Amino acid sequence: MPRKKPPPITEAFRGITFTRRALVVGGAQAAVGVALAARMAYISVIDNDRYVLESESNRVNLTLIPPRRGWIVDRSGKALANNRVSLRIDIIPDRLHNKEMVLGQLQTLLRLDGDTMERINRDLKAASGFQPVAIKEDMTEAEYSSILVRLPELPGIAPQRGFARNYPTGAAVGHLIGYVGAPNAEEYQKVKDPLYITPGYKIGKDGLEKYFQDMLKGKPGARRVEVTARGKVVRDLSTQADVQGNTVHLTIDADLQEFVARRMGRESGAAVVIDCQNGDILSFVSMPSFDPNSFSDGISSSEYAWLRGDDHQPLINKATRGLYPPGSTLKPMAAIAAIEHGIDPSERHTCIGGYRLGSRFFRCLGRHGSVDMATAIMKSCNSYFYWVAHRLGYDAIAPTAKLMGLGEEFQLAGSNQRFGTIPDSAWKMKKYDQPWSASDSLNAVIGQGYVSVNPLQLAVMAARIASGRRLYPRLVNRHFKNEPLPFSAEALATARHGMDLVVNGPGGTAGRSKLPLDGIAMAGKTGTAQVRGLNTGNGKAGTWKFRDHGLFIGFAPVDNPRYATAVVIEHGMGGSRAAAPVAKDFMTFLFDREKAMEALTTFEAGWGGTIKERMDRDYAAWKAGASKPDPGLAQ
Amino acid sequence: MIPVPPAIQRIPWKLIGILAGITGFGLLVLYSAAGGSWTPWALNQGVRFLVFLSVALVIGRFPIRIFEDFAYIAYIGVLVLLIAVELLGFVGGGSQRWLNLGFMNLQPSELMKVAIVIALARFYAQLPPGNTRTFTALWPALVMIGFPAALVMLQPDLGTALAICIGGVVVMFVSGLPFWWFGSAAAAGAAALPILFSFLHDYQQKRVLIFLDPESDPLGAGYHISQSKIAIGSGGIGGKGFLNGSQSHLDYLPEGHTDFIFATMAEEWGLIGGLALLFGFFLLLRWSTRVALKARTRFGQLTAAGLTMTIFFYIAINLMMVMGLAPVVGIPLPLFSYGGSSMLTIMTCVGIMLAIENDSKTGTRRFH
Repeated sequence: MPRKKPPPITEAFRGITFTRRALVVGGAQAAVGVALAARMAYISVIDNDRYVLESESNRVNLTLIPPRRGWIVDRSGKALANNRVSLRIDIIPDRLHNKEMVLGQLQTLLRLDGDTMERINRDLKAASGFQPVAIKEDMTEAEYSSILVRLPELPGIAPQRGFARNYPTGAAVGHLIGYVGAPNAEEYQKVKDPLYITPGYKIGKDGLEKYFQDMLKGKPGARRVEVTARGKVVRDLSTQADVQGNTVHLTIDADLQEFVARRMGRESGAAVVIDCQNGDILSFVSMPSFDPNSFSDGISSSEYAWLRGDDHQPLINKATRGLYPPGSTLKPMAAIAAIEHGIDPSERHTCIGGYRLGSRFFRCLGRHGSVDMATAIMKSCNSYFYWVAHRLGYDAIAPTAKLMGLGEEFQLAGSNQRFGTIPDSAWKMKKYDQPWSASDSLNAVIGQGYVSVNPLQLAVMAARIASGRRLYPRLVNRHFKNEPLPFSAEALATARHGMDLVVNGPGGTAGRSKLPLDGIAMAGKTGTAQVRGLNTGNGKAGTWKFRDHGLFIGFAPVDNPRYATAVVIEHGMGGSRAAAPVAKDFMTFLFDREKAMEALTTFEAGWGGTIKERMDRDYAAWKAGASKPDPGLAQ
Repeated sequence: MIPVPPAIQRIPWKLIGILAGITGFGLLVLYSAAGGSWTPWALNQGVRFLVFLSVALVIGRFPIRIFEDFAYIAYIGVLVLLIAVELLGFVGGGSQRWLNLGFMNLQPSELMKVAIVIALARFYAQLPPGNTRTFTALWPALVMIGFPAALVMLQPDLGTALAICIGGVVVMFVSGLPFWWFGSAAAAGAAALPILFSFLHDYQQKRVLIFLDPESDPLGAGYHISQSKIAIGSGGIGGKGFLNGSQSHLDYLPEGHTDFIFATMAEEWGLIGGLALLFGFFLLLRWSTRVALKARTRFGQLTAAGLTMTIFFYIAINLMMVMGLAPVVGIPLPLFSYGGSSMLTIMTCVGIMLAIENDSKTGTRRFH
C-alpha cells in the first residue's frame, strides 16, 4: 500500500496495526512454544541416556562394607586379636557444613570430654575430603539411637553398625601384635582405594597387624541403597557380603603371653620364651606396654602424651628394640668357646677377688677361690673368665657368640629390631680405628664394654645352648633347617651343667629361683649389667635410672630342655634379684598353671591389680596431675 | 433434541475445560510429588482452583466499562500496596513481598502484572490516534511501567519486574507506537545489559552466571538447573510412570511442587506429558489471542493482548528456566505450580478476558 510520509493515523488504521502486531506477538509466542517443545525433546530423547545415568547415580548410593579383619590366633587357636560388634559414628568432612553446631551437638549428646574434642578437631584438620573422622566408637545402643533420630539436623554425620578390632588381653600383646587405625591421607593417596576412606575401615599400623595386613584385610562387601538428596537411606537394593580376612596363626601361647606380661608387674623390661624343639616363640613380652585397643579406637592426645612421657617407655618394644649389656649371661657361651679352643673345663683357676692385667686389676664380685669352669658359671666368677679371655683373646669367642645368635638381625614377622654389637678386633679397628686390647677382651667376656644385645637374641642363645641346634626364632609356621651347632657335646654339656648349678647347685646365684616343682628343674644364668661406668656408684640403690639392669637366661627342664627364655628387667638391680624370679614363675606356669597363678595373684594384690586396672589408675592419676609441673621427674 | 438453556450456553465450557485440564494434570503431579497423597498440596490447590474459577466467571460477567473506569484507580491502589510492602519490609528489617491476608499471602506485585496492562490499555485507548507517534504517547507509559517495576526490583524480584515490563511493553507495541522505537530500545537495552547486571543483587548475579555455565557449580547454585534437567532428561519419551519419579521423591529436585513442577511432571510423564501440557497452554493462549482480535473496543483489544502476554511470559520463562535456557528467577508455572498468588493472577486475567469476550458478543465492533 503506497503511503505518504507521515501517513494519517486513523482509528481504522490503528485497528489494522493492532491486528497485525497482535499476530506478530502471537507468532513470536508460538515460535517460543515450538522452541521449548524442541528443547524438551532434545533433553528427554537425545540426551536421555546421559540423564538416566545421572538420575541413577543420584538415586543409588554404593557403600562399601568394610571387611571383617582376619583374626590373629595363638598356637592353640585362641584369639589374640579378633573383632567385636561396634556402633560408631563418624564425620565426613566434605559433608560437614556447620562444624561448630554439629560438634557442639555431638559433644552434648555423647558427653565427649575435652580430650576427645581436641582429637576430633586435630583429625578433622588432617583429614582429606571424604576421609572419615571417628567421633565415637563402641557407643551404647542409647547413645547410638540418640544420634540416629537427630540425623537430619546433623549433616556430615555417618552412623555405622560395624566391627571393631578387639585385643582380649589388651596391653599384654601390645608390642607383639601392634594395632590398627584408620588410614591417613598419605596412605590413601598411595593406594587410592575407596575402601580406605570408608568409615570404620582400619589398616594395620604397627607390628604384626601391619606385617600381615594383606592376609588380614579380607574383601569388602557392597551395599546398594536408594538414598534421598540428604543422604537418608530409603531402602536397600542389594547387598553383597564381605569376605573376612584370613586368620594368622602365631606360635605364641596366649595364656603364657598374658601370664608373662602380668608377672612383669610394675617393672620395665622384656621377656621372651622359645620352644627348644622348633624355635617357636611362645611369649614375646615387653612391658610396660600400651593397650592396642586404645590405639585402634583412635587414641586421645593426652593418653598418648601419658604414654610418651612415661620414663619406663611403654611405646618401645624392648624385646627387639632394647639394647643392653648382657653381663654375665654370656658366660655359658664363653665357656663353650673356651672348650672349643682347647681349655679343659676341669682346669682350675684361683679367684683372688679379681684378675691382674698389667697394672690394672679387674675386680670380681667375690673371692671365689679355686674354681673349675662349671663352678665359675655357677658362682658367676669374673676372674675365671678374665683368665679365659686373656688366654684366648675375644676374637676366639666372638664367632661363637655370633653362632648363638648374638648381634644377629632375625627375619621375624613384624618386628623392627636393633641388633646390637658383638665386638672383635676388626670391628673396633673399623669403628674406632684402634687396635683391640686385652682389657677389651676382659670387659667383653663378662658382657660389658662394647657388647650390647637385645632380649630376643639372649633367648635365642638360651634356646641354642639348651637344644644344641641352631634354632631360628619364628612367630609363624615358617620352615628353618635348625641344623646342629658345630660344638662338641662336652662343651654344650659343660655350659648346661654350669647353668644347672646356677639355679640348683650349692651357692648358685639364682638359688632362690628353683622351680617349685617335683622332678622339673630349671637351668639358667643371671646377669647384672652396669648402667653407669664401673666404680661410679654401686648400682644397687639410688635413682631408678642409674640402677643396674637385671638379666636372666634359662631353660627347663634341665635334663631334656623344652623351653628356653631370656628376661631383662631394666634397672632391676641384678639378675638374681629381679630377673630370675620372674623366669621362675612363668617357667612354673608352663608346667603347673595353678601353682603359678597362685603366686601371680599374690603379687598382683601387692602391685595394685591387673595390668589394665593399674594402667587405668595411673592414667587417671596422671591426668589429675597433668596440670602440675611435670610430676614424672619428681622422683 | 433438548434445547440448552441460554444461561448454560453462556457459560464458556470450552475454556473451563482447558483450565480444568491443565489444573487437573497439575493436581496429579502434586499428588505424586507429595508421595501419593492429596495433602498437603493437591487438595488445597484443587479447592483454590474452584474458588478462583468461580471468581473468574463472575468477573467475566462484569461489563467491560467497569474495568476501563477503574483502571487508574486499581493501578494506583496496587502501587500503594507495593509501597506499603516495601515499607513493611523496611520496618521489619528485611525484604518482604507479601501481605498476610489470613487465608493467603497476597503479593501486590502479582496484582501489578494485571493492573499495569489495564492502566496502559486505558491510556492508549484514550489517546487520540494522531498522537500515536508523538512523545505524548511515550512518557506517561514509561513512567507507569517504571515506577512499579523499580519497586518490585527493590524487593528484589527480578522475574516479576520483568513480567510487569513485558506486559506493559506489549500493550505499547500493539497500540501502534512506531516500530523503530522498540528496535532502538532493544538495542540500547542490550548495550546497557552489563550496567544493569551490576545493579543486580549478588544472588541474582550468581543465578545469571550459573545459568550461563550451570556445570560450573553442580552442587551449589547450579544444583537447581542440573537436577531439573536430570529429571526431565531421565523421563525420556514415556516417563518413569506415575508415582515413580526418583528425582522428586528422593528430594533431589528442589522446589519440585512449585517452580520446578514441570520437571517433576516430565520425569514421570515424559515427553508425551510435556507436549500435552504445552498443547493445553497453546489452547489457552489461542483462546485469549482470539479474544484480543475479536474485541469490540480498543481497550478490550489492548487489554486482552497484554494479558495474553502476561500469561505467556509466566509459561515461557518458567519452562525456559526448568530446561536450562534461562536463569533461575522464581516464576511459577501458571495453574500447574502449587501456590495461590500466581493462580489468582492468571484467573483474574482469564476473568477480564472473559468479560472482553462477552462484550464482543453483545454489539457491533467499532474498528476494522
